Amino acid sequence: MCLAVPGQVKEIYESMGTRMGRVNFGGVVKEVCLAYLPEIAVGDYTIVHVGFAITKVDEESAHRTLETFREMGLLDEEFGPVN
Amino acid sequence: MKYLDEFRDGAMAQSLAREIRESATRKWAIMEVCGGQTHSIVRNGLDQLLDGAVEMIHGPGCPVCVTPLELIDKALAIASQPGVIFCSFGDMLRVPGSHHDLFRVKAEGGDVRVVYSPLDALQIARENPDREVVFFGIGFETTAPANAMAVHQGKLQDIANFSMLVSHVLVPPAIEAIMSSPRCRVQAFLAAGHVCSVMGYWQYYPLVERYKVPIVITGFEPLDLLEGIRRTVHLLEAGTPQVENAYERAVTFEGNQTAQKLLSEVFEVTDRSWRGIGEIPRSGWRLSDAYHDFDAEYRFSVSTIRAEESPICRSGEVLQGNLKPNECPGFGKECTPRHPLGATMVSTEGACAAYYNYGRFVSVDSIR
Repeated sequence: MCLAVPGQVKEIYESMGTRMGRVNFGGVVKEVCLAYLPEIAVGDYTIVHVGFAITKVDEESAHRTLETFREMGLLDEEFGPVN
Repeated sequence: MKYLDEFRDGAMAQSLAREIRESATRKWAIMEVCGGQTHSIVRNGLDQLLDGAVEMIHGPGCPVCVTPLELIDKALAIASQPGVIFCSFGDMLRVPGSHHDLFRVKAEGGDVRVVYSPLDALQIARENPDREVVFFGIGFETTAPANAMAVHQGKLQDIANFSMLVSHVLVPPAIEAIMSSPRCRVQAFLAAGHVCSVMGYWQYYPLVERYKVPIVITGFEPLDLLEGIRRTVHLLEAGTPQVENAYERAVTFEGNQTAQKLLSEVFEVTDRSWRGIGEIPRSGWRLSDAYHDFDAEYRFSVSTIRAEESPICRSGEVLQGNLKPNECPGFGKECTPRHPLGATMVSTEGACAAYYNYGRFVSVDSIR
């Protein structure tokens, strides 16, 4: 349960008074709460844990981590198999 | 080591491992605190790769594993009540309580739902105003901002049918408890990277000062772990205990201050029992007075439930690094992932389950 996965912010919007967004995790797009990263912008990369963006991360290391997680099968474990 | 050989950065990993082995003049005992790191170390065979240079001691950093038995019993009691929708992270469903688990409650007709995020539970509460919706809020500092936000929004939006059963635990007091134990063999710690993404790493300086052990903030991927271990061994060999950040890309000194602000409003520090270990002073968070109405423990009057651990399970010694999983008499016999006696066998991030799933049935020392 403690996995945190990097992804790219594709969209930012308000929902129920909270800053939310859609984040792309190497092909899987999920709704994520962005309230804890008030500075983050569309196109930035972030590390997400249980639906919350907790820190910003650079693009290159995000891609590297995603590739490693994919090799280790962790993305499927977290989000279910991608078709 | 199968996994590491197939790993894209295998050559770099081997080179880091070689450097660690060559620089270690003795076998150092290093504890990785986080269960996610334990899983990655065992899965990728990093401990075997470094055998001789370091002994990796697997710490208590799996929230599923350390959630106390009586809290599981409280969860089971709440989830069994008619009209309740009980929401949880998936890992908690198979954790054995005194008599059964959440899967059994579900099989017997209880409305137990697995959610990805605590906000999903809040949404279920909005959609079911005539039902009580309870979220099992467990975790370390990494998960706390998510749980805090769910309760905070529940209060702001006046979602009166939502509540949370909270069992939050904190890393620094656990390190303190391990270091102050007379049986402690740990000479250095890898601190959990994402805990520090939230909390920063300023709080580790007093621990280094008091116990003279290096603490290195470390990530979760094989190369991150090897780099964290490399830096730790370097500090140990030099005899210079310090805090170092080996996970700079995701961790700053201050951490996420927006998150910390809400955490300090929603939670307050409390003494907390850790499954298999016992009570550690000031080692957890509970809901603060302002959020008392959202505390499931009071809403459902389960705060008097008490429980006793299985006499066979020695997960407490495993969690403190005094026993390797495969040295427990129950390991792989009475206790397996299908029939776990303790939570360290349940969660994939538990040391016992990691050893079982990756075929560590005998200890490294007994192979030699």
